[in-house]
Amino acid sequence: MTDLAHIRADFPILRQEMNGYPLVYLDSAATSQKPTAVLDAITDFYETANANVHRGAYALSEIATDRYEEARTRVAGFINADRREVAFNRGTTSAINQVAYGWGLYNLKPGDRVLLTLMEHHANIVPWQLVSRHTGAELVYVPHTESYELDLEAYHSLLDERVKVVGITAMSNVLGTINPVRQLADAAHAAGALVVVDAAQAVPHMAVDVKQMDADFLAFSGHKMLGPTGIGVLYGKRELLEAMEPAEGGGEMISDVQLDSSTWAEVPHKFEAGTPPIAEAVGLGAAISYLEKIGMDAVRSHEVDITSYALERLGEIENLTIYGPADMTNRGGAVSFTLADIHPHDLSTILDQRGIAIRAGHHCARPLARSLNVPATARASFYIYNVRADVDALIDGLHEAREIFGVA
Amino acid sequence: MSLNELYREVILDHYRAPRHHDHLDSPDGSAEGKNPLCGDEVTVEIKVAGDTIVDIAAIGVGCSISQASASMMTEAVAGKSREEVAELVRKFKVMMSIEDSAEPVVDPDRPGASLGDLEALQGVRKFPVRIKCADLPWITLTQALEQ
Ligand SMILES: Cc1ncc(COP(=O)(O)O)c(C=O)c1O
Repeated sequence: MTDLAHIRADFPILRQEMNGYPLVYLDSAATSQKPTAVLDAITDFYETANANVHRGAYALSEIATDRYEEARTRVAGFINADRREVAFNRGTTSAINQVAYGWGLYNLKPGDRVLLTLMEHHANIVPWQLVSRHTGAELVYVPHTESYELDLEAYHSLLDERVKVVGITAMSNVLGTINPVRQLADAAHAAGALVVVDAAQAVPHMAVDVKQMDADFLAFSGHKMLGPTGIGVLYGKRELLEAMEPAEGGGEMISDVQLDSSTWAEVPHKFEAGTPPIAEAVGLGAAISYLEKIGMDAVRSHEVDITSYALERLGEIENLTIYGPADMTNRGGAVSFTLADIHPHDLSTILDQRGIAIRAGHHCARPLARSLNVPATARASFYIYNVRADVDALIDGLHEAREIFGVA
Repeated sequence: MSLNELYREVILDHYRAPRHHDHLDSPDGSAEGKNPLCGDEVTVEIKVAGDTIVDIAAIGVGCSISQASASMMTEAVAGKSREEVAELVRKFKVMMSIEDSAEPVVDPDRPGASLGDLEALQGVRKFPVRIKCADLPWITLTQALEQ
């Protein structure tokens, strides 16, 4: 195990109390907390470098542009991409919408299929549904096994020549399951389909290499990886981005505008219509530097340690059901569970009284909740700043919930 | 804020053993209420004779607050006239601080005198995010009555 206890000091919010208890933040799958280094980078940008980018022929605008483009270089390095393959946007949701509306809308036809997994977040379902209304393509879903892994047999049998796009979450935000993206991508490519990877949970928590994954498109959000809200990334293979249409039009993304048509700027700028989230990109760059300093292998091993401890302690509680792989080799730090007949909302309220923040609900994955046959689950999710004492607090809170509800 | 004020015994009792929890045969009105954020669901069915709600059912899944509120609501509504039900809905919403009123609807010196078991839900007011859970069956009842 890597001891990361000292880094808690870098996160000012963790010094707060909530309802009279020290804050125990167990909802990093929803959004992560931010270290001082990121907050300072954003403030510093506004104090010393703020101007619009790619516009002004004056020094300050050049400085702002450099900072913005430096952030792009950092992101590219972090996922082993070329910097021209990295487009900034608002987050995973907007990145996947760009692919659905920029590629799907122009390339899918009636009779085509979009193959998704039942583990997808709504962000990798709804854009395809919207685009299907125009293209007539059909959505098909790969189920999971009883051990909460993707059903590979079903995947291979569904993967026929009708499938033009495969959408996979690299790590489920509900089950924690890490999917074998490379293996799935190889099969998809052999069947002639493109692969869109939702890496919203993967990029923050493990080393991700787009080349090693052989992802055609890959999306993630800054706010789940210590960065600010409002910034996200779409990675796409260069030739695919070159061929893809922009989903949004406006300033910054054109090379020339005539009265009734325009030509686009070079990639990735043609996917960045309007003033981009500049300070947010700079903040994301700082978050990546922070993560790189720790090292993604250390991040992962810390989470393996804390999650396995959580699985062990939760496993000791009677009538507690965990929805997700039991083994850390193919799971991340999101742990969904139910406790007897206590509704997850009630658990969340009870834990909140002890300063413990967990998530309750369907976690933006209704199709998955339906296939698990539970209307809602409680979810604790971990990141680098969580310690074993956080798990202990959770366990104590769950015991109080059992008492309040008179669960034996 | 005390959890004991929220999770009164009577609330847990209604949660575990909800009253009027079976579908009605050919209801005169019904509505489905959902809270998409948390997944609470409740279906309210009513049978009306003349001006009276002669029977009511509330069937759903969700947290203890939404389901107990639904169960208590059915007991309070059954057998009442439309006008009485409208007054009950108003009083409930005032008690829960969902609607304003010049006068308090619950007398702290005479617990239960105004709204019966429902008064146990007062504790929810101190947990603002949960008020919508308690309110869901009442919104759904109003929709069923409008049919
Ligand atoms: C797996 C997954 N995909 C997509 C998203 C959507 O991310 P965002 O809301 O930042 O666009 C999330 C988080 O909410 C997620 O966990």
